[in-house]
Amino acid sequence: MEPVLEVSGLRVEYRGDGRTVVGADDVSFSIGPGEIFGLAGESGCGKSTIANAVMRLLKPPAEITAGSIRFQGGDVLALGERELRAFRWRQIAMVFQSAMNSLNPVLTIGEQIVDIFTTHEKLKKRVAREKAGELLELVGMDPGRLKAYPHQLSGGMRQRVVIAMAVALRPRLLIMDEPTTALDVVVQQEIMAQIRDLQRELGFSILFITHDMSLMVELSDRMGVMYGGRIVELADAKDLFAKPLHPYTEALMNAFPPLTGPRRELTGLFDAPRTADSCGFHVRCPEDRSDCSMNIPDLREVAPGRWVARSTARSPEGASR
Amino acid sequence: MRLILRNLGFYLLAFWASITLNFVLPRFMPGDPVSRMFAQAQGSMQPDQIAQLRKLFGLDDRPLWEQYVSYVKSVFTGDLGISISRFPTPVSEVIGSQIGWTLLLGGVALVIAAVAGNLLGIVAAWRRGGVLDSAFPPLLIFVGSFPYFWLAMGALYLFGVSLGWFPLRHAYDVGLTPGFNGEFLADVATHLVLPALTIVLVSIGGWMLGMRNTMIATAAEDYITMAEAKGLRPSRIMFRYAARNALLPSVTNFGMALGFVVGGALLTEVVFAYPGIGYQLLMAVQGLDYPLMQGIFLTLTAAVLFANFLVDLVYVRLDPRVRVR
Amino acid sequence: MTAIEIATATTPTVPARPARRRGLLRQLIDSKKAFTGLVVLVLFALLALLAPVLAPGDPSLINSTGSQAPSAAHWLGTTAKGQDVLALTLWGARSSLFVGFTVGLAATGVAIVVGLASAYFGRILDDALTLVTNVFLLLPGLPLLIILAAFLPPGTSTVILVLVVTGWAGSARVLRAQAKSIRGKDFVAAAVVTGERPLRIMFREILPNMASVVMTTLLGCVIFGIGAQAGLEFLGLGDSSVVSWGTNLYWAGNDGALMTGTWWAFVPSGLCIALVAFALALVNYAVDEITNPRLRNRRTRRERRG
Repeated sequence: MEPVLEVSGLRVEYRGDGRTVVGADDVSFSIGPGEIFGLAGESGCGKSTIANAVMRLLKPPAEITAGSIRFQGGDVLALGERELRAFRWRQIAMVFQSAMNSLNPVLTIGEQIVDIFTTHEKLKKRVAREKAGELLELVGMDPGRLKAYPHQLSGGMRQRVVIAMAVALRPRLLIMDEPTTALDVVVQQEIMAQIRDLQRELGFSILFITHDMSLMVELSDRMGVMYGGRIVELADAKDLFAKPLHPYTEALMNAFPPLTGPRRELTGLFDAPRTADSCGFHVRCPEDRSDCSMNIPDLREVAPGRWVARSTARSPEGASR
Repeated sequence: MRLILRNLGFYLLAFWASITLNFVLPRFMPGDPVSRMFAQAQGSMQPDQIAQLRKLFGLDDRPLWEQYVSYVKSVFTGDLGISISRFPTPVSEVIGSQIGWTLLLGGVALVIAAVAGNLLGIVAAWRRGGVLDSAFPPLLIFVGSFPYFWLAMGALYLFGVSLGWFPLRHAYDVGLTPGFNGEFLADVATHLVLPALTIVLVSIGGWMLGMRNTMIATAAEDYITMAEAKGLRPSRIMFRYAARNALLPSVTNFGMALGFVVGGALLTEVVFAYPGIGYQLLMAVQGLDYPLMQGIFLTLTAAVLFANFLVDLVYVRLDPRVRVR
Repeated sequence: MTAIEIATATTPTVPARPARRRGLLRQLIDSKKAFTGLVVLVLFALLALLAPVLAPGDPSLINSTGSQAPSAAHWLGTTAKGQDVLALTLWGARSSLFVGFTVGLAATGVAIVVGLASAYFGRILDDALTLVTNVFLLLPGLPLLIILAAFLPPGTSTVILVLVVTGWAGSARVLRAQAKSIRGKDFVAAAVVTGERPLRIMFREILPNMASVVMTTLLGCVIFGIGAQAGLEFLGLGDSSVVSWGTNLYWAGNDGALMTGTWWAFVPSGLCIALVAFALALVNYAVDEITNPRLRNRRTRRERRG
């Protein structure tokens, strides 16, 4: 089946005063129809850069310098301004990290939802308002809240509004950039359940971005782990969770305390910025430091559908202890 | 609502402060300026008028608090004393006959400068690095560095004296009788061009830069990225999303800017002999006409405070976050 | 609190707690805008200092026929009275720069004290000081200046006093906001807990961390001082016997320089005011850009397509 989104060899650079920071390097993955693909990694690893690149939302100094992004076979990077505007939200919609910040504080949420319909479907204001009300009902909110301003809603409600907006045009792909990070655990679960229901009902694919491994495994079908702008492991979510092959994946999983089982000491993550001319390292291996190559190796397929960034010198068995 | 009431109280307090300052100045200043004034005015005044002025300036023997109470009372009943330079017209009448011109000049210049400056700022911020963004700000800062009155002098010399495009002084030709007819209004408009232009030139840069900087800050907000992701047209994002939010600090600045514009208008009027209260103020200074100076100060303060109050009303309409409180 | 403490605290050499990558001063010299501004300022300072050498004698002396256009004898022409405009302009720089910088320093000093006290002590003192600041901000500046100046005995010290009284409020507001955000930082809380004296915390812990804001408000105050002095003097409220750019313009206006077409009588002084103010504004702009990188102008790059 043709993938909905296909990213290959994507490289994004941030060019500052005299130095270049690589935001994403040689990133490749694809998302099938109805599939939920997770992208995990710590803050600053390039997850959001990927999300913004897919929507062509990167602004200077960020720049896509290599690779391709194909959506349902079409080249996203080749879209002209007008095509791009029509493409956004109708084909791919996005739920941003903080709903408080992604809603315009001086417009009612009704006006902000109506915006979508009047722009993309050229609907009359009145019809658009009706559809906006239906959308709110879809996410379990009273249509009367259309007249509310963002600051009058709770954090969870705002996130519901943003999700309702995201599915307004029934897009094929939904990008969710840390959709529940700013919420407390109870609301987080409600929102996740909401997303699952909507996905089942409407059948869109999801690119789900988070640093929370347990949340990700819960939702995703397949997932990739990013580190320093590169994907270091790519596999079926359950396999990856059961048996992480890359030391970084393991470290990331260890960074979240398990709710059950014996107490363990959490392993910290340290950071080193990657620049283009020098390699600011790659993989940190908490256990084995004997074989540190200076670059993150390319992904290799070690089993069907199971990819890991590992130098050829080591056998699969050796790295996974 | 609470914001409006709180600010209203604050404006009343500010007005009270300026009345008190007016009361205190002639009574406690060294060098006895009031006597100087009387010496100059001696010949032309009736004894009872002098007595009234002495009362206004605290040269009578009543206790201070009694003087204060009666002073505040007279201010609120509109009695600001008698002008000396335009003797024997009451101060309130002198001001009343001329404030219209100042309002016209200041209002026109302020609105043009604020609207044009904000629009330029919006466009400059939206097209980062474009001509408007790179060439205009330094140019406008440079123009804004000139003193108001000097630019007015320059404009008067260049367009009035040398080129003869615009009239040199006054608000309308002496030969015309004021009235609502085309000829008179056109004449008023041509007299308005140069003074208004200088005020606009000096103040537009501040508006533009302020708007540009808040727009740049706003453009980095998530809701702008979201609006872009929604596929909205750039013009809609620019105005409904970015500018609509960036406007809020600009509206607040509007109140602050009023004070400066009043100052600029005063000096500009002096250069063009424009018959507003700025020009009258100069006459008052030269004629040691303290009651008129004080009256003008109070009137301008009241006007600025009232304008700020109006700005508050607008702000509350524009920002839903304060509206509910 | 001793004077020495204040003096050391205001110098930006005191290491700021959150480490800055490069010194503000160093970056200023690297910035083209700031460098241009600084050069112009130094130039004017030199001209003012060297006025007695460059144009010896009393500048207001009448030594020629009036209203002469610029010539070899009088590079900038003569006034209607017959004074040399170049000499008046050079000597005028002395009073204008002196008043401008004195007003700037004094008003900033008041603003620092008010801002820091407001931010550090908070509560009632903050409310009271904020109220006073806002009242001063709201009253229209020039009319207030005029009635103050009109009632006080004329002279340079009156002009300075009046300008400081009307000029400190804007800076105090900015400095208070900045100081308040620093007041909330952990290292200030730590200093409070370790029992440091309030004045020491205000001037040694908080103030050095707002060096750039102090700098921009100082420059703003100097610009205000120079401009407002000229405005006052132009209205005849200064000491008209002192030679300054403002009084030069006053006399030019009074002598009808505009109507007789003697542009050289009013152009040089106004241009000087504008150049100095512009130079200060350039430095100010550069400080803003250095401390707020988002405003920096970057080359636009188009996102590459496919």
